[in-house]
Amino acid sequence: MTVTSPDPLLVYVLRLGDDALVAGQRLSEWCSRAPILEEELALANVALDFLGRARLCYQFAASLPGAVFDEDGFAFRRDCREFTNHLIHELPCGDFAFTMTRQFVVDVLNVPFLEKLAVSAEPRLAAIGATCVKESLYHLRRSRDWMLRLGDGTAESHRRLQDAVTELWGYTPELFEQDTLERTLIEQGVAVDLAGIQPAWHSEVQNTFDRVGIKLPTLDWQVGGGRRGLHSEHLGHLLSELQFMQRAYPGLKW
Amino acid sequence: MVNTARMLSLETPLAAERLRQRSDSSHPELWALLDQVMDPEIPALSIWQLGILQDVQCDGSVVEVTLTPTYSGCLAMHEISVFVQKSLAAMGFAEVNVVTRLNPPWTTDAMTREARARLREEGIAPPTPSSADEPLCCPRCDATAVTRISAFSGTACRAMYRCSHCHEVFDHFKAI
Repeated sequence: MTVTSPDPLLVYVLRLGDDALVAGQRLSEWCSRAPILEEELALANVALDFLGRARLCYQFAASLPGAVFDEDGFAFRRDCREFTNHLIHELPCGDFAFTMTRQFVVDVLNVPFLEKLAVSAEPRLAAIGATCVKESLYHLRRSRDWMLRLGDGTAESHRRLQDAVTELWGYTPELFEQDTLERTLIEQGVAVDLAGIQPAWHSEVQNTFDRVGIKLPTLDWQVGGGRRGLHSEHLGHLLSELQFMQRAYPGLKW
Repeated sequence: MVNTARMLSLETPLAAERLRQRSDSSHPELWALLDQVMDPEIPALSIWQLGILQDVQCDGSVVEVTLTPTYSGCLAMHEISVFVQKSLAAMGFAEVNVVTRLNPPWTTDAMTREARARLREEGIAPPTPSSADEPLCCPRCDATAVTRISAFSGTACRAMYRCSHCHEVFDHFKAI
């Protein structure tokens, strides 16, 4: 129901919520596995910020007239094809360089995205933007630091960073795709126009990697489809873990 | 030795506005009652001192309490709501509505001078007000030669630092 709801605002807020939930779930997989204690704390805290962001979106979605789930239902009772997150978020964590590179490209986008969301004509979206942008600013400080440290570190850290950039690059164009639903909401001043963000995003990513000799690959391939509910095989595995308890014991409460 | 001059720096404009709002309230007893509700993650601070208690309204026996979360993933919000309900229920207010308000977002500028002093007493370097150009200093020895060793600490709102003078590791409540 969610991908095709007649209410464009509901679809839009679920997209933002799904991005945040899946990103947060992936980050939380690092719990007890981070390379150093400081990163253990950081990864878990950033995961929590994304989980909180997802909750804000789902709470808002649940309050809209077309919603058929409450906040928890949106997270635990929808299947793959009803999730509309960008594919980049559902990719497995990989090594630390892969996780941090994904985080970096997403953080560079999230800061201007949330700044613009904070002035949305829809006040409840504006509130989410205003709250979350401060967190993303801090996330970006850390993820950018790691790009420089890994790029300037050892031959192995440099190689791992380059591998991550090469592997992730084809997933980045999807972050800027806009369909008619979003364009309608942009015209109403509700949704964020990503076209205005892309050039600055690209130059910031390019500048950071230039500083440490990491090459941006040519875009030989690219994938998309997340916003239409078309996903990689990885999302199903992620959801099977995330949703296990509610699937096995529907309605279970703490 | 604590540098009291730094602690006595002026209230931020936002904290001053909050203090005025509280003193102008027609229900000062309710604000005082909620001073008992402490933040579960930083028990030294009440929700008022932390700056997340935005408003208290009372209409007959119905109380409405407005809170703003610190971070969107703050785990303590649910617990705080329950504490607010319980402390008001204990005083006979059966109907308590806890409203979450996101905008304007929470900022550490909402903390009063008193709150920052309490954090220091707890060994946590308080957030620097955005209006002041104060260096971050060690809450134990007041030295300003400090190094950040971790971007996050036990909670999202803190980072970890080491003092180059007394060599102690301490938490810093980040200014946001």
